[in-house]
Amino acid sequence: MLVCRRVEEAIAVLWHDGRISGEMHLGIGEEGINAGVLDHLGEGDAVALDHRGTAGMILRGVGIAAVVGECLGSPRGLCGGMGGHMHLYSKERLAASSGIVGAAGPAACGFALAAQHLRPGRIAVAFFGEAAMNQGMLMEAMNLAAAWELPVLFVCRDNGMAITTPSPSVTGGDLEERARGLGVPGTTVDGADVESVWEAARGMIDRARGGRGPGFLRATCVRPDGHFLGDPLLRIARKPLAELRPRIGPLASAATASEGASIGERVAGLGEIASILGRVARTQLGSGRDPVARLRNRLGIPSDALAKLESEVEALVATAMEEALRPEPGAGTGAG
Amino acid sequence: MREMTYARAIEDALAEAMEADERVVVFGEDVRALRMNLFVRFGPRRVRNAPISESAFLGAAVGAAMAGLRPVAELIMIDFLAVAADALVNQAAKVEAFSGGRWKVPMVLRAGCGGGYGDGGQHEQALWGWLAHVPGIKVVAPSTPADAGGLLTAAIADEGPVVFLEHQLLSEDWLDYLGAGGRTTVSYDVPAAGRRGEVPDRWEPIPLGEAAVCRTGSDLTIAGVGVGIHRAAEAASLLAGEGLSASVIDLRSLAPLDRGAVVADVRRTGRLLVVDEDYRDFGLTGELAAALLEAGLAPRYARVAVEGTIPFDPARERAALPSVERIVSGARRLLA
Repeated sequence: MLVCRRVEEAIAVLWHDGRISGEMHLGIGEEGINAGVLDHLGEGDAVALDHRGTAGMILRGVGIAAVVGECLGSPRGLCGGMGGHMHLYSKERLAASSGIVGAAGPAACGFALAAQHLRPGRIAVAFFGEAAMNQGMLMEAMNLAAAWELPVLFVCRDNGMAITTPSPSVTGGDLEERARGLGVPGTTVDGADVESVWEAARGMIDRARGGRGPGFLRATCVRPDGHFLGDPLLRIARKPLAELRPRIGPLASAATASEGASIGERVAGLGEIASILGRVARTQLGSGRDPVARLRNRLGIPSDALAKLESEVEALVATAMEEALRPEPGAGTGAG
Repeated sequence: MREMTYARAIEDALAEAMEADERVVVFGEDVRALRMNLFVRFGPRRVRNAPISESAFLGAAVGAAMAGLRPVAELIMIDFLAVAADALVNQAAKVEAFSGGRWKVPMVLRAGCGGGYGDGGQHEQALWGWLAHVPGIKVVAPSTPADAGGLLTAAIADEGPVVFLEHQLLSEDWLDYLGAGGRTTVSYDVPAAGRRGEVPDRWEPIPLGEAAVCRTGSDLTIAGVGVGIHRAAEAASLLAGEGLSASVIDLRSLAPLDRGAVVADVRRTGRLLVVDEDYRDFGLTGELAAALLEAGLAPRYARVAVEGTIPFDPARERAALPSVERIVSGARRLLA
């Protein structure tokens, strides 16, 4: 968990420095879910990850430098720089990610089907967010897994936000019930509590390994970086004055322009925007649900032993970062 | 040599592949009814009925292929790919590139295509140009029993995703399932050479991306695939009666596309007529024109293609699809 945290923090620095292009989706805040589930996996088990797959790859044993190198687009990266952080593939570890919301569901079904034929007793895990539960392909995949009794664990990491839209505002019904309605029994745990996740995942994974079909694990979490680095709502929630200043003028014009919705609707619209921002500030900020901090307290490791562990992890990550950032042989300044 | 129908040739080649390699599994909509012989012979694990959830089972085919199986996933018709395009376009087609060439997807998507039996414009499109547009997917459309079996054998052996399009007018299974429904009161203009023909005693793979020259002429080259090629051959016979000599080239694969075969023939004849049951715009017809220009040729050029949504009314359907009359008149214009 700590390794994932430190690696993703280092990736965030590279992104802020402009060394990594495009979007960056990190799993800071969901280490308890990733570790609590993936700890149960072994050789021959498969993982289908979403766009937030860096930690999952590392926990499945892919080298840190290879993952970071891929985020940088380096020819030495996991995929030779062709994939980037959303498209990480390790054939050796049977781990594949995809940047399409919900795609982990069908992929995990395929992995599990192959396990049924070629590796009995092995399973597949799909990771996705709660917003992916509204994707047809994921609901279809759950039904398929139930119909074919596929050994799949569907892991829903629920931070309550569908990119920048509050999930409850675009979701009907209860997700656990929905999974159950598709024939996939499920449960909900606090994703900040790695032990709860581990315990819940163990039961479902044992069940799947025994050929008794798929399971659904919903684990709640808070991601302090939001959907991706530079998440606009979190930027506003953190620095409302600076971030709102350039937006106030256009918003005021929109609220007062001569044609459009009624005054009442416009006021309600402004109110809804304020309420989304309030919700983000209330639920996504603050460190009370940090799984790493919580585990640190729980374990009660003596402070000198803890310091030693932390410095070992830091050294490990620093070495890997150095390797990932080493200039290409014959190149000028390395990958940009 | 044996003689077989188009549908039996496909079934026979698939059975031979399933016999040789137990990793070959078949799943899709209605396959136990449609592929009854394979189901009885190879059993329920290897021939599975899927729910009508194209996203789930095509996505699962991608995952299963990545994890060691060689799935032949079956959509009843290629039109239905639109509801599951992600699995093919964003997953299957991307894995090899994104993984830096390290992970391949040896799956076959088998689907009916093409019209002429009155099923309307949502159930008899060709769509091969749309599929061949995307890098990372191979697309074949056989026009004879021998090519159907040989290309399917090659498709199953191929390491990448292959879309195998079987023409619904050539396959007696599809024609009965979708068109006649047991009636003897309807009839279709089925080209005899496509419906039934000689096939080898053991299936040999026909290389993907290799055109077949059906007829060599000196005045004009006619190129195309599928039923269009049979219409072209009939047109060429009529033209021969008028003293006009036309080559007929069956491209067989849309991707890879045998541009070289067309360029070589047009270099001799100086004229190209493309016959395409797919839509005219941004498709095969324009692609072949581009190939000739890129090769430094500036031949006389014409195309007979589908120019709008295929009408249901059989008379207007006939007029919309490439017909012998349209091909002959296009050829006469080019030779005038």
